[in-house]
Amino acid sequence: MDKDSIGKKTRAENRRLTLLAMKQNKACYFMIAPFMIFFIIFTVIPVVMSLPMGFTDFNMAQAPKFIGLSNYTTLFLSDKIFIESIRVTIVFALFTGPVSYVLCFVLAWLINELHPKLKTIFTLIFYAPSMANVYTVWQLIFSGDTYGYINSFLMNLGLINAPIQWLTDANYVLGVSIVVQLWISLGAGFLSLRAGFQNIDGSMYEAGAIDGIRTRWQSLIHITIPSMGPQLMFAAVMQIVSSFTAGTVAQNLVGFPSTDYKAHTIMTHAFDYGWVRYEMGYASAICMVLFVAMYICNKLISRVLSKYMN
Amino acid sequence: MAQVNTMKLKASNKQAGRKIGGTVCIFLFLLILGLFMALPIYLAVVMSIKPVEELFIFPPKLYAIEPTLENFGDMFAVLKSNQVPFSRYVFNSVFVTITVTVAQCVFGSMAAFVLAKCRFPGCKFLNSVIVIALLYQSNVIYIMQYIVMAELNMIDTYMALIFPSIASPMGLFLMRQSIGQVPDAMIDAAKVDGAGLFRICWQIVMPNQKPALMTLIIFAFQAAWNIQAGSVVFNEAYKTLPTVVQQAATSGLARAGVAMAAAVFMLVPPIVVFMIAQKNVIETMAHSGIKE
Repeated sequence: MDKDSIGKKTRAENRRLTLLAMKQNKACYFMIAPFMIFFIIFTVIPVVMSLPMGFTDFNMAQAPKFIGLSNYTTLFLSDKIFIESIRVTIVFALFTGPVSYVLCFVLAWLINELHPKLKTIFTLIFYAPSMANVYTVWQLIFSGDTYGYINSFLMNLGLINAPIQWLTDANYVLGVSIVVQLWISLGAGFLSLRAGFQNIDGSMYEAGAIDGIRTRWQSLIHITIPSMGPQLMFAAVMQIVSSFTAGTVAQNLVGFPSTDYKAHTIMTHAFDYGWVRYEMGYASAICMVLFVAMYICNKLISRVLSKYMN
Repeated sequence: MAQVNTMKLKASNKQAGRKIGGTVCIFLFLLILGLFMALPIYLAVVMSIKPVEELFIFPPKLYAIEPTLENFGDMFAVLKSNQVPFSRYVFNSVFVTITVTVAQCVFGSMAAFVLAKCRFPGCKFLNSVIVIALLYQSNVIYIMQYIVMAELNMIDTYMALIFPSIASPMGLFLMRQSIGQVPDAMIDAAKVDGAGLFRICWQIVMPNQKPALMTLIIFAFQAAWNIQAGSVVFNEAYKTLPTVVQQAATSGLARAGVAMAAAVFMLVPPIVVFMIAQKNVIETMAHSGIKE
């Protein structure tokens, strides 16, 4: 019952065939049902309910009031801080996204070359920073007074005379946030790639050896990467989400709002309007813009990846 | 003849072309980078065992001169002073975490198998919905979720903590990507032998998916362990550890050392689960039994 033959039939016949296919695949629906029930109630319904919010004026106390595209025109035409936040988000995403994607892959690969016992330990060391919420430690490392680890280290070496205000100086806040974000970015994507490496059939490498593969590099290019497409895709999506929606790191580290809005991402802007000013309509318009950007980015990357994989 | 022999030799050596020197270089590189990566966690541990006076020594030390468990003691003292016994919070957290992790893995794997390997009306649509759900991040969702839970009378119950975390699009996506690599021939062979979808999923596909499943367990456990009662549970008796530990760290004894003790204390269970799961991942070598 392939698609082409369905396409040529009339609409009524089409519907009958779909119903028949549904009946034949009853088991599929039963197996997917437990997940879908929870998914629909706690994700789909809230998402669908939140979609129209961007076109309203909603302050959580009164019922939402429909105001058309006004939120969006304000955003792009008169909200200077939003434009600044777009710039910050792009810089942030360009630095953290690709760099940490490559880092995830390279580290997962290098770890895979080691003895099994070392694999567990190194995977833990690289993954652990993403598990822990230890902003206090970061604040201590980058602290602006002489008690900060970096300041005291640099002063000991004689590189600087006076402590640098890492967390408040407008020149440094974005850089520091990016460094910390990179540090904690070896998360879901990294682990899934580790699992992907583990899943490759050992006999593929044996076959490769017979076909003349001599170096680690060759086996990576010719055997490993082509059989890791799905994991690479998963890691890409996770990386897009984490680099575009970054904001908590900067908020906890360099304060909210950051000096001159230099580390003010789109997500921070949405937080500002949503949870500080209670302008939920405006906040959801901001999130909508971010979603569209992420969706386009995801489409582009999956096209590139699938072309490469085939 | 000699050529055949070398070929056999190469073939028997699974890790073809891997020289010891290269491995040592990789190890050293990872070691240096690893020390760098481990620094914040190490400092968190050090800070949690530093007595108050040592926090203000200049220049700051990378170790504790006189390590003490005072910070942990203070944290537990605050926790014990709540009206609800500490064991109740532990029970809440363990119960919520285990329920969410098990449900997420079982439901997610089943749904992932169907979405990856079955063709049925609506499957393409559902597949794209999952990716959209992953990408759609909005702070308005939490309000809508609250409204839905209030309508279903779930506020102030375990359900409010457990149900929203069960269907994780990320977990499903992870499993779907991995199950998609299982050769169709394997599933068709099982179908010919008369196995139903449910049996194919659990007896044929899932045993080969240990690496992905273990990874999912790590994610699910970590997320569930950090579930905060936040705005959906107000009754003290249903609060979870992260909520009360954070309260203890910020109230009364707002000291950096206590906050670090709280962070380190909360980090122990996820790390234990991580170690067990990763060990399992690494011990598995997938043998599909069918070569494409």
